[in-house]
Amino acid sequence: MFKRAWQELRIIARDPILLALIVLIMAALVVFVVWPLARVLLTAFQAPDGSFSLSNFELLGQRRLYRNALRNSLVVGGLVGLVGVVIGYVAAFVLTRTNVPFKRVLHTLVMLPIISPPFAGAISILFLFGFNGLVTRQLFGLTNFSIYGMHGVVLSQVFTFAPIAYLNLRGVLAGLNPTLEDAALNVGASRWQVFWRVIFPLSLPGVASAFLVVLIESMADFGNPLVLGGAAFPMLATQAYLEITGSFNLARGAMLAGVLLLPSITAFAIQRYYLAKRQYVTVTGKPTASTSKIVSPAAKWSLYGVVVAFAVVVIAFYAVILLGAVTRVWGFDYTLDLRHFRYVFAVGWETVKDTLIVAVLTTPVSGLLGMLIAFLVVRRRFPGRAPMEFMSILNFAVPGTVAGIGYILAFNGPPLILTGTLAILVLNFVFRYVPVGIQSGIAVLRQIDPAIEEAAQNLGANAITTFRRITLPLIAPAFFSGLVFAFVRAMTAISAAIFLVSANWNLMTVQILNEVGSGRLGVAAAYSMVLLAIVLVAFGVINLIVGRGAEDATSVRF
Amino acid sequence: MPADLRLEKLRKEFASPEGVTVVAVDDVSLEAEKGALVTLLGPSGCGKTTLLRMIAGFEEPTSGKIWFGDRRVDELAPNVRDTAMVFQSYAIFPHLNVYENVAFGLRMHGVSKSELAERVGQVLELVGLTKMAKRAPSQLSGGQQQRVALARCIVMQPKLLLFDEPLSNLDAKLREQMRVEIRDLQQRLGITSVYVTHDQIEAMAMSDVVVVMNAGRVEQVGSPREIYARPVSRFVADFIGDANFLPGVLLDARTVRIAGATLTLADPCQERPGSNVVVVARPEAMNLARAAEHDERAAGTLFGAVKRTMFLGTIARYMVEVGGLPDLQVDVASPAETGLLAPGTHVSLAPGALHALADA
Repeated sequence: MFKRAWQELRIIARDPILLALIVLIMAALVVFVVWPLARVLLTAFQAPDGSFSLSNFELLGQRRLYRNALRNSLVVGGLVGLVGVVIGYVAAFVLTRTNVPFKRVLHTLVMLPIISPPFAGAISILFLFGFNGLVTRQLFGLTNFSIYGMHGVVLSQVFTFAPIAYLNLRGVLAGLNPTLEDAALNVGASRWQVFWRVIFPLSLPGVASAFLVVLIESMADFGNPLVLGGAAFPMLATQAYLEITGSFNLARGAMLAGVLLLPSITAFAIQRYYLAKRQYVTVTGKPTASTSKIVSPAAKWSLYGVVVAFAVVVIAFYAVILLGAVTRVWGFDYTLDLRHFRYVFAVGWETVKDTLIVAVLTTPVSGLLGMLIAFLVVRRRFPGRAPMEFMSILNFAVPGTVAGIGYILAFNGPPLILTGTLAILVLNFVFRYVPVGIQSGIAVLRQIDPAIEEAAQNLGANAITTFRRITLPLIAPAFFSGLVFAFVRAMTAISAAIFLVSANWNLMTVQILNEVGSGRLGVAAAYSMVLLAIVLVAFGVINLIVGRGAEDATSVRF
Repeated sequence: MPADLRLEKLRKEFASPEGVTVVAVDDVSLEAEKGALVTLLGPSGCGKTTLLRMIAGFEEPTSGKIWFGDRRVDELAPNVRDTAMVFQSYAIFPHLNVYENVAFGLRMHGVSKSELAERVGQVLELVGLTKMAKRAPSQLSGGQQQRVALARCIVMQPKLLLFDEPLSNLDAKLREQMRVEIRDLQQRLGITSVYVTHDQIEAMAMSDVVVVMNAGRVEQVGSPREIYARPVSRFVADFIGDANFLPGVLLDARTVRIAGATLTLADPCQERPGSNVVVVARPEAMNLARAAEHDERAAGTLFGAVKRTMFLGTIARYMVEVGGLPDLQVDVASPAETGLLAPGTHVSLAPGALHALADA
């Protein structure tokens, strides 16, 4: 055991730059991933005098508020997971396995919520169903209807997270060998039987996996509950935030974060270490016709109807936000007016600039780091390789709220004071969003013959040159998805960021929430539109720079 | 002057997933003279590729030493070893064109621009790819890709050229052609080479020295002719070419008694007279002739009957049943001229080039 580690170390040491790099990455992962998390747990288990205690957790039994927050988060998560997976499955099935018109357009529309701020849906819902909502007030004249509470949160979260389920299930369904259907039909199964006895069981691990991913996202979600939860419907992520910024009670905030962490980590562990190994993807390399024969025209078109309906909702929601952004006062004065945009570019310009700086710094660092870690993990043997992989993807499972609290706990005092700086935002984003790059990097690298990199070494390239000149160009598609993901998330992040912004460095998402909070929905909508425009432009720019990965843009895993 | 490549008790152990230690290469010692092409030949899993990868530096020996001339290299990283390897999958950089693939190694070594252009140009000329210089690897045929891989290596003028089953992805015709090309080039440039293959014909056709490996060990080292004519073990005899194994008793160093007949060995056997031996009889040296049913038993002749006949174009292959022996394979050249023997025909065999092995 030790002998092997020593041996590996000796070999790595022949390439000193490589060794230095590994040490550096390890240290960074410990400081910026593990340490903040440890601080959250340490603080949660600490009595006010600093001794170890369970007193914070006892509050969970004593205080109804906390109990309700936990229950609400779990119920909403389960509900959103269920509905999201159903919508996602239908969309994935229709768009991968049937021949229907406008597949590409529908795909893009279904994906759109993924690249917008995670609470764009909530803003739209306020426009439509709020106190001055277009539907509730103007259309039906309701005055006693409240969108705040569970129904509002579930509605906006389904809108936000069903696309994630879709994306996960799309890969699963596209990967099932269509000849399986033929084989089942051939031995006399009815179409209904083929679906329930063959297709569905084969996709079941993917379904469970998608459910857990949505559950994690829902529990970690911050923006939607903050906008639509309301005081009567507490949830864990928002409650933790209120404890810390509202009552400056770090220990209780940390405790709630710890409670939030547990189901997330569990779901993540099941998803990654149990379900991932049970996915039946049957890639043969043989071109196969993938049109399913098991749906009758009636079934096909009704499922298609569901997908179109979702796409219409997406269009409607964004149209409403756009309208809200160019309307003088929603609910009272529907005059067309650009004042909200003027406000964003005049008063809010600093925030836009800050957001861009943070995103532009985060993107290349996160993208490169992801590829580098993927390269090291797949291609090199060194002691600590498994821990490196684990640490680097751990953040997949850590809700943003927890990460944010961890960062203020860890970097508020010596030895490393970062609170209020640009660095704390960039570092947090880099390490939070690097896992996606790593995952796709690992997946792509595993398909590339290691001999290609060995050839480079054999011809005299050291490890870093090999990575730069050979590996990186070969994994450009993964690099591209890593970059896009990092940029989109850096632009739309809220749950961790809200703890880390300061007077000097503010972010658009935080500003949008502030505007919503102070009732200026129009300004919030204008901000959202600007943000969406920046993301779309960035898509194009990154595609232009990295090139080649174009067709892969759609397979980015969020 | 020391040999260009010297392996000293090189050993490689792997831990299997079950925790058992597997010895992939078992204390192999070997030398390659300057300019020689040495083949590592053996069935899959015999350790030949592991051995090659240790020479290149991609695998770490568990113990033992590797010398290039008087320089010990087993502690060096692969990129500073001065070897060049042709990979089984060619491992051409898919994002670089032919020229850049060939130039890659020179760039890594900081060769000046003018020298680089000159050397790459020469080598492309040598392998006949000058016109393809700007092509992407995906636009090349298998044989052309093979030449790129080769060019990329020889442009480095390495101390040692390594080949890892380079022809196994080519079809039979192209394989024979490339075999000649590689051997030609290697001899012209005089680069010491180690060549891994599981194809015994390839090994025979190309090598100065063949190293037959089995289960991590070297079974025999020798020229192709030596290995064919005087295999040291049943494994070698069986792996190199076809062989009949006849149980017999050694009478003296040169004669052996098999199924009642007394036969002469091609080379003396060191075993004690009277001991049991296994005699290797090659199918093409059986000297088959038509015989009457009750022919007189001449010394040095076996009698039997044809059991099965196969026409293979260049040869006719017979399975001959001889009393007291397993069925023998007998190959007769030019069957189109001499005619085929029908099953049931009585024949005599006067096997030559016999080689005796101790009975294991």
